[in-house]
Amino acid sequence: MAKKNDWVRIHRNVLEPQERTGKLPEDTKQVPLEMWVKGRLQNETAEIGDEVTIVTSVGRAEHGTLIEVNPCYELNYGAFVPEILEMEDRLRSALFGGDQA
Amino acid sequence: MINGMIVDKSYQAVTGRKAQIIDKAMGVDYSKYERDGVAFDYEALMNGTGYTLEDHIRIQRQFNVGNTPIFELHNLTALARKYAAPGKGARIFVKDEASNPAGSFKERRAAASVYHAKKMGYKGVIAATSGNYGAAVASQAAMQGLKCIIVQECYDSKASGQPEIIEKARKCEALGAEVLQLTVGPELFYEVLVMLEETGYFNASLYSAFGVGGVETLGWELGHQFLERYGKHPDVVVCANAGGGNLTGTARGLIKAGCPAQVVAASVDLKGLSMASDKQFNRKSFTTAHTGFGVPYATDPDHSDVPRSAARPLRYMDRYVTVKQGEVFYITEALATLEGMEKGPAGNTSLAAAFSLAQEMDQDQIIVAQETEYTGAGKHIQPQLAFARKNGIELLFGDPADEIPGTNIVFPADPGLLKARDADLDHMRASLIKRQVRNATGPLTDDDIAYLAQETKSDEAFVKKVLAAL
Repeated sequence: MAKKNDWVRIHRNVLEPQERTGKLPEDTKQVPLEMWVKGRLQNETAEIGDEVTIVTSVGRAEHGTLIEVNPCYELNYGAFVPEILEMEDRLRSALFGGDQA
Repeated sequence: MINGMIVDKSYQAVTGRKAQIIDKAMGVDYSKYERDGVAFDYEALMNGTGYTLEDHIRIQRQFNVGNTPIFELHNLTALARKYAAPGKGARIFVKDEASNPAGSFKERRAAASVYHAKKMGYKGVIAATSGNYGAAVASQAAMQGLKCIIVQECYDSKASGQPEIIEKARKCEALGAEVLQLTVGPELFYEVLVMLEETGYFNASLYSAFGVGGVETLGWELGHQFLERYGKHPDVVVCANAGGGNLTGTARGLIKAGCPAQVVAASVDLKGLSMASDKQFNRKSFTTAHTGFGVPYATDPDHSDVPRSAARPLRYMDRYVTVKQGEVFYITEALATLEGMEKGPAGNTSLAAAFSLAQEMDQDQIIVAQETEYTGAGKHIQPQLAFARKNGIELLFGDPADEIPGTNIVFPADPGLLKARDADLDHMRASLIKRQVRNATGPLTDDDIAYLAQETKSDEAFVKKVLAAL
């Protein structure tokens, strides 16, 4: 459960498919324009999935579905890509010669 | 609600109010630059900001932007010479724009916008960008004491986001900005209009004269740095090209520094991929500096978030080359492993082209890749390639000429296979001319013809030939 002033992330559809611009590829036409934003929860309490109001870091009010409390970044350096090592080996060998690579 | 009235926020209503929203959010009366016919007064637009090159330099110094070092890449030069004809293989340099406070040249573009917004009494700035410009505006807003909202195109409809864009969101938030993340679609600009209207903030458009004028310092520095250090000008300056502001500003700065270098545009070849397609969004590995922006913005500069774009690259471009995704990743790895510099992949687009173009030039000549960008989790060769593989893209070694965007990424099997390929610049020039005369209400005047020649760095004979073929 989230409490007032918790840092949260919300989601809502800004434009439903029929509200979007006409100049779109077919696949994009089928889906809504969605939005995610973070801020401090204004409701006294809320559960994931509730419709809530937040105040963002610039002080703007936004509304949407609560999807995350204390949202964190999960980006990283990704899975190992062996081709990168292969590039390294090939480059060193191209410049310095095989034995010195 | 604005002044107690209920505001219609539908797509049609908001885009219908675009002119007045932009007018209020920038304080620039674009109509005064229009001339009769298709022409407008580009130099008046560029000079109309009230900020000269000297002002931009002063503002950038005050807020820690610019004056970045140039590095000679001895090992990449030696490698290029192994694949060049005897006597060929120009000295390759890079301008380390990653050493700007937010990690890219884009801060030059942000500094004067934020400065001007503050001077005019705006409480905050808004920018539409999934790229480094967001971090640049956020950084300058933090430094100069304004609020900041960045609107990003970030996810596909499965909420899967490009790792590079997610990193940019993190950085913008770290610098105090609010980040609005959207799914794929050109309605990004609609959302910006909604935000501008709601907040009354300044539109820190990438395409304003404040922004593009700010990049002139980069070209100006290049002109002076080489003269001071090597007693001569660079022969070729390669600029990554997307929206066109990088090339436009750099070229204008080079001219102001008296530097006669040839200006070459370089974009990552994403031919065949639709930039507005939900399903293709995550099948590309470059979110900027690619042909999906580079070509349409060069041939139709005025389809951005301002009525007249200050970024008009065809006015300054001597040549336009494309490189493949696999080639840019490869040169990124080369820069790390042979030169000891780990930088973000997209910022190395111009370096990939420079490595190939150097092989056409004499050994005593100088070629400069005019930017680098920061790197970090998400925005790095490894997570970007891992993400590509996860999205079904095949990674292989071979001839990058065989690369098919959205299907595979082909790394050069050996360095000699990395080739900058010429795009048809005359075709793009003709395309710009055709597009602009489409809006003509009467017969074209001599002023229009002269304007179109300037717009395309061509001459009146070329413009007339294109018009005759219509």
